[in-house]
Amino acid sequence: MTAETRPPGGRSASFLTALRGGTGTVTVLLVLIFVVIATQNPSFFEGPPLMAFAKKAAPLVILAIGQYLVIVSGEFDLSVGSLVGAQVVIAARLIDGEEALTFPVIGLMLLFGLVVGLVNGLVTTLLKVPSIITTLGTMLILFGAVRYWTGGAPTGALSENFRVFGRHGLDGVPVIGQLPWALVIAVVVTVGAILLMRSPFGRSLVAAGDNDTAAAFSGVRVWRVRTLAFVGSALMATVAAILIGGFAGVTAQVGQGLEFTAITAVVLGGVVLGGGRGTVVAAVLGALTVEALFTLFNQLYLPSTIQPTAQGLIIIAAVAYASRRGDLRLPERLRRRPDRPDERQLDSSRR
Amino acid sequence: MTAEPLLRMTGIGKSFLGVRVLHGVDLDLRSGELHALVGENGAGKSTLMKVLAGVHRPDTGRIHLDGAEVSFEHPVKAQRAGVSTVFQEFNLLPERTVAQNVFLGRETRTRGMVDDRAMEKATAALLDDLGLEGIAPWSKVRHLSVAEQQVVEIVKALSHDARVISMDEPTAALADHEVEVLYRIIGRLRERGVGILYVSHRLKEIFDLADTITVLKDGHLVDTVAAADTRPAELVRKMVGRPVSSVFPEHLEPRGEHVGEVRLSVSGAGNGQLDGIDLEVRGGEIVGLAGLQGSGRTEIAHALFGIDRFTRGEVRVDGRRVDPRSPQQAVRAGLALVTEDRKAQGLLLNQSILANARLVLDAVLPFGSGRGARRIPGILSSLELVARGGHHQEVQYLSGGNQQKVVLAKWLATDPGVMVLDEPTRGIDVGAKQAVYTLMRELAAAGVAIVLISSELPELIGMSDRLVVLDDGRIAGELPGDAGEETVMALATGAPPESADDETGVEDPRITSMTARSATDGAPTTGPGDPGRAPGGDNDNGGSPAHREEAAP
Repeated sequence: MTAETRPPGGRSASFLTALRGGTGTVTVLLVLIFVVIATQNPSFFEGPPLMAFAKKAAPLVILAIGQYLVIVSGEFDLSVGSLVGAQVVIAARLIDGEEALTFPVIGLMLLFGLVVGLVNGLVTTLLKVPSIITTLGTMLILFGAVRYWTGGAPTGALSENFRVFGRHGLDGVPVIGQLPWALVIAVVVTVGAILLMRSPFGRSLVAAGDNDTAAAFSGVRVWRVRTLAFVGSALMATVAAILIGGFAGVTAQVGQGLEFTAITAVVLGGVVLGGGRGTVVAAVLGALTVEALFTLFNQLYLPSTIQPTAQGLIIIAAVAYASRRGDLRLPERLRRRPDRPDERQLDSSRR
Repeated sequence: MTAEPLLRMTGIGKSFLGVRVLHGVDLDLRSGELHALVGENGAGKSTLMKVLAGVHRPDTGRIHLDGAEVSFEHPVKAQRAGVSTVFQEFNLLPERTVAQNVFLGRETRTRGMVDDRAMEKATAALLDDLGLEGIAPWSKVRHLSVAEQQVVEIVKALSHDARVISMDEPTAALADHEVEVLYRIIGRLRERGVGILYVSHRLKEIFDLADTITVLKDGHLVDTVAAADTRPAELVRKMVGRPVSSVFPEHLEPRGEHVGEVRLSVSGAGNGQLDGIDLEVRGGEIVGLAGLQGSGRTEIAHALFGIDRFTRGEVRVDGRRVDPRSPQQAVRAGLALVTEDRKAQGLLLNQSILANARLVLDAVLPFGSGRGARRIPGILSSLELVARGGHHQEVQYLSGGNQQKVVLAKWLATDPGVMVLDEPTRGIDVGAKQAVYTLMRELAAAGVAIVLISSELPELIGMSDRLVVLDDGRIAGELPGDAGEETVMALATGAPPESADDETGVEDPRITSMTARSATDGAPTTGPGDPGRAPGGDNDNGGSPAHREEAAP
């Protein structure tokens, strides 16, 4: 490294960095899909249909933000789909149509999300179980536990108050008609996440994902920030569960496969698996792109069963694109996980 | 002896990324000879060995084996030709048996199936040949001691019918009685006509074993001499003797309030790797930690910084007792550590200069980080950091020197009272080195206590007010800042000083106990009554430093 190697361009470096980070690519993709949708359904951008899209996309946006927190710190969270399912089932069973119980149960759900996140985080960081295994475990545990608890079919019913968040909105807004609460919540969460990532905590989180050894040597308590990222992800899943429960109601399948949709969204946004790269905005754009694509499928009368196949293709293509840019550092991450800097590096010490 | 050498390397040259690390090195190795390769860290010994092993391909030069020219494009080719290498890091599979490791990749087969029993038999024969009964061919490598693993490596080399075996620091990981076993094996190998290329930092071993010694320095061949014709002191001079290539900045007028106060004091500290560490650094002072790689320099830095804690003794910073359990606590106590491996331990390569520079503030003082970060642009410009992409450029695109400036800025932002710099100028250009030296002087003048760790002796001597020399995790002695390179090297290698270079100079307990023992003597363990081992051969015995200090002038 004698000569400076620089990204091409020089002055427009920040724009190029944005492109390299994937934000540019995903924006282009999103616009393209919207254009195709508009050609199929010119009234799509007329307000109410757009708001309907926003209402449907909001849970995925929120889940993607949660997944972003975990992925940018160098880990994975596969448990969010099961957690969404579990939360909806818990809500339905505990509320059972009783309006007065709505907010206490929401509080309980947040508490449950917190516990699941803590377990995911602490098992991963302190017991040094790779997060892909930890969260696969919690995914199965939640999935099975909910089935056991409900005896196979969810019982109970959600209250009207509960369903307000996912279903209704502020009526009488000009042009768009109704401003869905889901959109408001998604925007608030997005802004909150952007601010969080600019805070010392957010910087430490990205540092841990980029180079956990260097971060630890600089005083970052890597285990702590990563655990908090898992907690964030689980809380986001809880919020998403409230929206999804309200929007779609209670079924046995609710939440299924959502973890992969969220990961697809984040990866499509150019957030690099293995950590350290990508932005909240990119993750949000990724989520919107995935949701827009599914909408397009609907318009083209493609069966919804094709969706997982499309997701699979997207995830492979996005990661292949990232690794072609040389961004992907996943295998190395999985092999070596020094959460404290005391693990011997390849350097001199060999006494 | 005019016989054709077994191995002849001529004009070997090698560059990495435009940096020449070997300049036309010649080397001859005869059958049954032990040829030692000595030199400072980075002299090119390991590279030369890797060229011979087929790991690196030389840019220039030829290798002749038994008079015929060979070229090793791949380690397997070298092994097939009869050249085996025992590297510092073992390449054994811990879950396989000894025999399976020895025959790894060319397992004996019977009717297409791997025949473990035949391999075990063959391994047992090889072990027998070396007079080793302690190792069972069917035991898993995981259960073996480090020394036994080393033996397995050697047996593996032998099983290739090796005529040339090169060993890179074979004793680095061995305890004293285990070294004896190695000595005995080496004797057997030589009887069988194997030529041995031997890299070691320990001069005692070299004078005990070698027939011929080749000295490398900065990739150049300095001299090849018969061991009988040279003396340790002379050898040390050849290893370090070099023109002074850089001028170090002068001391500045001290102005800080802490100048002269004891800011860091370590007494009687130790852990698994260190013992009896006493260190006192005053504000305004630069104390150099000298020693070979693995002598405990970096370990001290890590222990101070809460990474591998000291388990005994005490550490005080500005008079307050501290026992950091994590880097975070160390930073809060006023310590800073510039780590030796910039890329692996110092930087977030994908993040911007600014993000790197404020990382410690973000991590340790999250509520004051905004205020502290305002100073960062000033610190960066005072370090003359030039980045065309501005402070938002990712650090991976910076030169080594600029990267190091980012690391320094990160620590300066915390206003440390005690700064430990581990190899701060490694891999950076001359200009950036000067900037680092000037910065150190400025910090010292401002009252910061500085601990400098460096493998480059001229730098260490040029910058330090005092030198603390380490050997084997203990303090071997303290020298004034103007000590000669020879004196430092002698202390660090445990070599006798010039005045005592005859037989009595060889007083390392390891060697005396060796010579007291006949080569055919049985068990490798050392009895408690062995007089040669008494003064400090053991790991937890603090007697060794004093022993060596007596030997120093």
